[in-house]
Amino acid sequence: MTEKQEFQFTIEAGKAERHYWEDLWRYRELFYILAWRDISVRYKQTVIGVLWAVLRPLLTMIIFVLVFDKIAKLPSEGVPYPIFVFAAMLPWTFFSSSFSDASNSLIGNANLISKVYFPRLIIPVASIVVSVVDFAISFCLLIVLMAWYNYWPSWQIVTLPLFLLLGFFAALGSGLFIASLNVKYRDFRFVIPFVVQIGLYISPVGFSTTIVPEEYQLLYYLNPMVGVIDGFRWAISGGTTALNEVELLMSVGMVVFFCIIGIVRFRKTEKTFADVI
Amino acid sequence: MSIAIKVENLSKKYIIQHEKKTADYETFSESLIQGSKNLANKIIQPFTHTEIAPHTQEEFWALKDINFEINQGDKVGIIGRNGAGKSTLLKVLSRITEPTSGKVHINGRIASLLEVGTGFHPELTGRENIFLNGAILGMSRKEIKLKFDEIVAFAEVEKFLDTPVKRYSSGMYVRLAFAVAAHLESDILVIDEVLAVGDIQFQKKCLGKMGEVSKEGRTVLFVSHNLSAIKQLCNKGVLLRQGVLGSYGNTEDVIKLYLQDSIKNKDNIFLKKEIDSFPEDPDFRMTDVVLSQCGKKVEKIVQNGAPLEVTIKYQVKNEIIGLRIFVDMLDSQETILFRSFHDENHAEIVSMMPGYYESKLTIPSGILAPFQHFICVKSGVFGIRYTTPEVGVRIPIEVEHTSNYNRAYPGDKIVGCLALSLNWNIEGLRQ
Repeated sequence: MTEKQEFQFTIEAGKAERHYWEDLWRYRELFYILAWRDISVRYKQTVIGVLWAVLRPLLTMIIFVLVFDKIAKLPSEGVPYPIFVFAAMLPWTFFSSSFSDASNSLIGNANLISKVYFPRLIIPVASIVVSVVDFAISFCLLIVLMAWYNYWPSWQIVTLPLFLLLGFFAALGSGLFIASLNVKYRDFRFVIPFVVQIGLYISPVGFSTTIVPEEYQLLYYLNPMVGVIDGFRWAISGGTTALNEVELLMSVGMVVFFCIIGIVRFRKTEKTFADVI
Repeated sequence: MSIAIKVENLSKKYIIQHEKKTADYETFSESLIQGSKNLANKIIQPFTHTEIAPHTQEEFWALKDINFEINQGDKVGIIGRNGAGKSTLLKVLSRITEPTSGKVHINGRIASLLEVGTGFHPELTGRENIFLNGAILGMSRKEIKLKFDEIVAFAEVEKFLDTPVKRYSSGMYVRLAFAVAAHLESDILVIDEVLAVGDIQFQKKCLGKMGEVSKEGRTVLFVSHNLSAIKQLCNKGVLLRQGVLGSYGNTEDVIKLYLQDSIKNKDNIFLKKEIDSFPEDPDFRMTDVVLSQCGKKVEKIVQNGAPLEVTIKYQVKNEIIGLRIFVDMLDSQETILFRSFHDENHAEIVSMMPGYYESKLTIPSGILAPFQHFICVKSGVFGIRYTTPEVGVRIPIEVEHTSNYNRAYPGDKIVGCLALSLNWNIEGLRQ
């Protein structure tokens, strides 16, 4: 039998907040199962299934190698170019898919939102878990790649989860913000792929941050993914590539900023989701 | 007895946007334009505080000042016409949407079931969907595991547990969905019109399950248009009228009030208007329906001691083969007592030429029981389409007992849906 919680509560305009974080914990099981649903449904009715998680970053990497290394001959700070690119592809793919999944997650679950109560925050967070799984699969590919080039990391590799976490919160903050707008204004459906596409070019995925002119560096660091990507590279290359404190701090600052406005905006509009979706 | 739910001055307002009838969401640009207009207005007239509301918006109170208390263990049926606020009330109670003002106090764990199969994923198997749907309804994994076999047995889908539900027949799908919901454990259960699914046998099973649930002493709130289900299951009733609490109390009384509402809403002028507002059919037009007894037009009150004539006037614009005009007699529970077709005595399908016609049905005396009934008049072309709206025109009538049926015992309650004056022959055999 379930533990019957005897609790008395009151539904009142604007008073839904009080139990919110408590509820979030109570509904954790729903969170697991929604994440599990998204994962198990993701590659259903595809022939090669999970291989897509490997194939997508692999093909992108090959194209980047061709364009930036072989044709444009950009510097890669002494790291084999495929590893150099792949170390950046990983966080970028993670961010872009988390961001777009989270942004579209509410609309995709409109029937749930209009028929069942639960803290809505569960939906976008659960949708990001799928990208974490994809990330883990692609990460195995990186290990294969590094073994191939006989390129071994040093102690810096242990900081990798921290940068992943930073990327996670970057995606969560911006994703929550867009998701809550997306419920009311479907324009954002069209904005999301655009942001992802532009983001790929303004983030140091195919090239090194060092080639950005000195006077624009500070402006460049406003993109929180710059710090995340450089951090990944730094952790994987064992400190061979550059990572300065300024970009790291700015990145953390921007992520915190995004998370705050994302959560505040989300919490503010959450109550009306069922009415406008 | 302790109180399970206490509703205090509950109101819920929606803003309706008139121009956007096709889209239920706004685009950002519209908001931007509206925003800049408002801003411009504020700059021009910075000291007037009047909100310049756009003409396209209208306030709509789905619920207005609702007050009631529900005791622990009560089974409450919520009735009202479409748009009376029933679903909104359930949505507020189950915390899906927030009230605009007022309070609801709830004591106990509440589970709501506003739709059968919420969150079912077509790609997942039956087994997986049981866990998914259970979690969505608020059950824990442990709880679902414990009840798993029971759920599967109830849904009768043992063989297809590992098939994706998208391959299920719609009946199986609905059965599985209801089975999960039926095994929900909670102190308070909120149910929207969910019994209107599945075949009749399954509906009976659902009703039985609901009856079981209510015997366990749980509080149940139940919205339905099925008045007999409400009568069966509920001991209290809530009547909503356009967002306002019409009545709260004994189920029988509330249902009676609800039915009276539907009588009040129709007189003959209204009836004619309704018929005239039917969407146009290329070949057919109903012009009037008249009830009469003994050559006199009747409204509402009908006597079962005299034949009742239903006269349907209509125009055939182009030749129609297989035109069927028919009359349904419904009892107050919306059960069809009988249906009669205007050509039911013809041996062959009739073709009707253009012109004006009048079809008259005579319902003999000594048939109708002295209750509330509805007469529904509809028409269609056999096997092709309805030539009036599918619901037809609905006339509520109140039957007065003037027939000979059970005449000697006027105080005796009439049992059955009809009060047929049949022929009995009594013969004395032996002294």
